Amino acid sequence: MASVNPINYGTPRRESDTQVMLEIDGRSVTVPEGTSVMRAAIESGIDVPKLCASDNVEPFGSCRLCLVEIEGKRGYPASCTTEVAEGMEVRTVSDKLNQLRRGVIELYLSDHPGASKVETGDVGDDELLRLARDLDVREVRYDKDGRNHQDAVIDDSNPYFDFDSSRCIVCSRCVRACDEVQGTFALTVDGRGFASMISAGTDSDDFLNSECVSCGACVQACPTEALVEKNVIEQGMPERSVTTTCAYCGVGCSFNAELKGDEVVRMVPAKEGKANHGHSCVKGRFAWGYTNHPDRITKPMVRDKITDPWREVSWDEAMSFAVERINGIRDKHGSTALGAITSSRCTNEETYLVQKMARAVFGTNNVDTCARVCHSPTGYGLNSTFGTSAGTQDFDSVEKSDVILVIGANPTDAHPVFASQMKKRLREGARLIVVDPRAIDLVRSPHVAAEHHLQLQPGTNVALVNALAHTVLAEGLENRAFVEQRCDVEEYDAWREFILREENSPEHTAQYTGVPADALREAARLYATGGNAAIYYGLGVTEHSQGSTMVMGMANIAMATGNIGRPGVGVNPLRGQNNVQGSCDMGSFPHELPGYRHISDQGVRDIYEAEWGVKLDDEPGLRIPNMIDAATGGTFKALYVQGEDILQSDPNIKHIAAGLAAMECVIIQDIFLNETASYAHVFLPGSTFLEKDGTFTNAERRINRVRKIRTAPGGYADWEVTQMLAQALGYPMNYGHPSEIMDEIARTTPTFRGVSFDKIDALGSVQWPCNDEHPEGTPVMHVDNFVRGKGKFMLTPFVPTDERANRRFPLLLTTGRILSQYNVGAQTRRTANRLWHAEDWLELHPSDAEVRGIKDGTLVAVASRMGETTLRAKVSERMTPGVVYTTFHFPETAANVITTEYSDWATECPEYKVTAVEVRPCNTLSEWQRRYMDTRDQMQRIEGNQSVRAPDTVAASVEEASDDDWEPAE
Amino acid sequence: MDDEKMVRQANQIAQYFSAYPEDRAKEGVRGHIRKFWEPRMRTQLINYAGAGGEGLHPLVLWAATQLQDEAGQPV
Ligand code: SF4
Ligand code: SF4
Ligand code: FES
Repeated sequence: MASVNPINYGTPRRESDTQVMLEIDGRSVTVPEGTSVMRAAIESGIDVPKLCASDNVEPFGSCRLCLVEIEGKRGYPASCTTEVAEGMEVRTVSDKLNQLRRGVIELYLSDHPGASKVETGDVGDDELLRLARDLDVREVRYDKDGRNHQDAVIDDSNPYFDFDSSRCIVCSRCVRACDEVQGTFALTVDGRGFASMISAGTDSDDFLNSECVSCGACVQACPTEALVEKNVIEQGMPERSVTTTCAYCGVGCSFNAELKGDEVVRMVPAKEGKANHGHSCVKGRFAWGYTNHPDRITKPMVRDKITDPWREVSWDEAMSFAVERINGIRDKHGSTALGAITSSRCTNEETYLVQKMARAVFGTNNVDTCARVCHSPTGYGLNSTFGTSAGTQDFDSVEKSDVILVIGANPTDAHPVFASQMKKRLREGARLIVVDPRAIDLVRSPHVAAEHHLQLQPGTNVALVNALAHTVLAEGLENRAFVEQRCDVEEYDAWREFILREENSPEHTAQYTGVPADALREAARLYATGGNAAIYYGLGVTEHSQGSTMVMGMANIAMATGNIGRPGVGVNPLRGQNNVQGSCDMGSFPHELPGYRHISDQGVRDIYEAEWGVKLDDEPGLRIPNMIDAATGGTFKALYVQGEDILQSDPNIKHIAAGLAAMECVIIQDIFLNETASYAHVFLPGSTFLEKDGTFTNAERRINRVRKIRTAPGGYADWEVTQMLAQALGYPMNYGHPSEIMDEIARTTPTFRGVSFDKIDALGSVQWPCNDEHPEGTPVMHVDNFVRGKGKFMLTPFVPTDERANRRFPLLLTTGRILSQYNVGAQTRRTANRLWHAEDWLELHPSDAEVRGIKDGTLVAVASRMGETTLRAKVSERMTPGVVYTTFHFPETAANVITTEYSDWATECPEYKVTAVEVRPCNTLSEWQRRYMDTRDQMQRIEGNQSVRAPDTVAASVEEASDDDWEPAE
Repeated sequence: MDDEKMVRQANQIAQYFSAYPEDRAKEGVRGHIRKFWEPRMRTQLINYAGAGGEGLHPLVLWAATQLQDEAGQPV
């Protein structure tokens, strides 16, 4: 790929304490030992022609274009595979070198169509053609007949890129990118010599049906147009690029959006991106087409009743409508009847404004965010033990880990770019422990295998972590010196006494966890004694009735073994949505102002009262489930929701629907008419990440810039809409640019004191805390002291969840997600990613399937004591018998009809990961699904429009798909 | 919220803190509810406890009495 930002240094950066000085073309150059001659030259501004070398993969030395002359050395060594040496004298240009290079180019061109397939762009996206032009190669003297691939068929199976082997020079950059960068090992070089070909290595031998996960690393690596984005062929070469941040997961990859005019042609992961180092996954790189989707709502809409059709109106009319309702409700029921939900998909600045709207304009602390349903226990657990809810490390820390403990997380699906970094470290020899009821990909994938897979029963995490701690203490493997120096010793002693009780021994807990005591003990020993040990965890930890206890349990073992406060160790939440970290930081919880400061703290309220010019309520507000309860109870009436779809994402849909239906004013601000909007009275069109300025904060607390590329079709960025509503309600909110909002955040929040757009622009990104003490941010937390001073061990009693398998509901259902889809799927369902995952399915073990007469693809009813839904079964050895699994990306599945109202004791985070169910074959949709599909169209009608959904995107209902069409995807 | 759900949630908090010695457990439960429960929920709890508090964990009953005494006071 000839990126718009073309500097490619040819070989990876090397680190060394020893510097080497050499001379290149008469220029003196100093680089770390181990650097290639090619990189040394390019870093000092001397271009060296190359085709098979790229700075994100190890050099290979096959194309012979990068030849140089070295004083005292015979021949013409390849600069990509030659390391620098002290005093070396290198020449990169000479007549002889040019002649040799031209020969190589001619040879390659003899088996190449000779012209770009990108219509407008002379050499297009092809470095071979560019080199031919630069080296003035006009004719090809070699015989073009025979031994060539010019009749090869183009593999266009992947929806985002084509593979055209007639343009392939078999440099294997793609193979190396897939192996070294992505770690999927999907590609091979088949055959030998001139007959050799790149292949995706399956029977049908196309990309779509191979192991390929469509990350695009190979496309980016390819120097010719053999692998090229379909968009580039269709739209032509991009002309400029803008650096921004992915709006999907919590990795927060930096991208260069490559544009033609104001249209995005492709997204290229930025090499300078400190979270992703030039890599990305299928979602960020390719699945942004939803931003142009015809389903986008571009005009404000209102309606009196939710049974009425929507009426398109002007912004002014929408605002007056909302203001009248809000004021009416406030006059009659008081401020406590109002509330707001902030979005983890919106920017920090937008989220900050929504909580400010609730507290300063509505006059209530009733504000919450979707983190309620994902990582709120992380906040509680890490805050109690370490003194801050922040994850402890940066992503690069994993490169220093010796032991990696993954608990209740599935990074290859949910945090793919970080998973690639982790897999790289595992290939280098780090050892892996996986704790999960399901055999996730990491347990066994090419060149990566877990040394221990503790396949526990859902709902028994705390028993398991206690048993790990018990083993550490009973076998004397703790780091006493660390504990004495860094932790509160009295609390430690109490914890020690508690953990050493027989009830916490692996032998005793095995009855709950199902994990044999020996296996558990071995894993504990490895964690405690294997060197730098790091914990990575996800929603499989938090979404439990004991989520907060489990987070404290992990913090305890990290402290007890001294695995905290330096690179390579730590306790790391893998956060789900792009800005879930940021939305929590920005004061989205009902009991906390920005920076996690309790609302009852007069000193903190003083800061905001002065800044905002209002008196603040000192009582904690309602959490999302409390808002719903209060609504059905008649005391909560109005809700302003920015960019969230609680009807699809929150547990016990029926209850949520009843709560929403009981409200008198629901305002939804979103890019699509989402499921929650069926219950709304005002719809305000939102903006995507391409349509606003601002910042996102990723899972490693890294604040990255989001940069505006074009104006939202509705005319306003989300922060402008919130501001308009605040103004309409009579509150003076007058920001000219999101940077001014960040300035206010910095002014009022100690951990953000040093943050500004200027600083982020200068440094690329910055990790909070960023203040006078850490002016450039903080990659690793708790280095010398814990934020709370001494680390605090918390007791972690195991309380089995009330949700248990029984005779009527003998299986346990757990939920999760997959690579190609994202959260409630509103974005990814509207892209070609549907090809990989067109519906949710239920995974179950062959033995559970067999006794129930279920086969792959059978329609099954899944029933819990809450409700029932129908989806297709996928029989899979990944599951442990007795446990079934589903994703929740499609509203039609209504997985949350079956999840229960049980929740974490400390934070009310729902217990998505454990629901007792029964599964049986069936041939019809559940009653809820049928009623829901009937009423949804009714509730989403727009006056004058037949349908708000483009016909081809109406999600295929389960009934429409015939059994033959259906094929389980991995 | 319905009483059954409230009782369950309050008891879950008590179950956690009951691992600690009594005084700390009591304060833990009271403090947690004070810090995280919105006034309407606390009032519901206080009223329910006042009406007999059927099914409430003893630590929650104690906390409810405390919360009633300090109603209106900051945490
Ligand atoms: S897209 Fe990614 S996974 Fe697929 S072949 Fe290319 S590098 Fe490998
Ligand atoms: S497809 Fe591209 S990267 Fe892969 S071998 Fe061919 S030319 Fe090289
Ligand atoms: S770039 Fe060095 S041999 Fe190809």
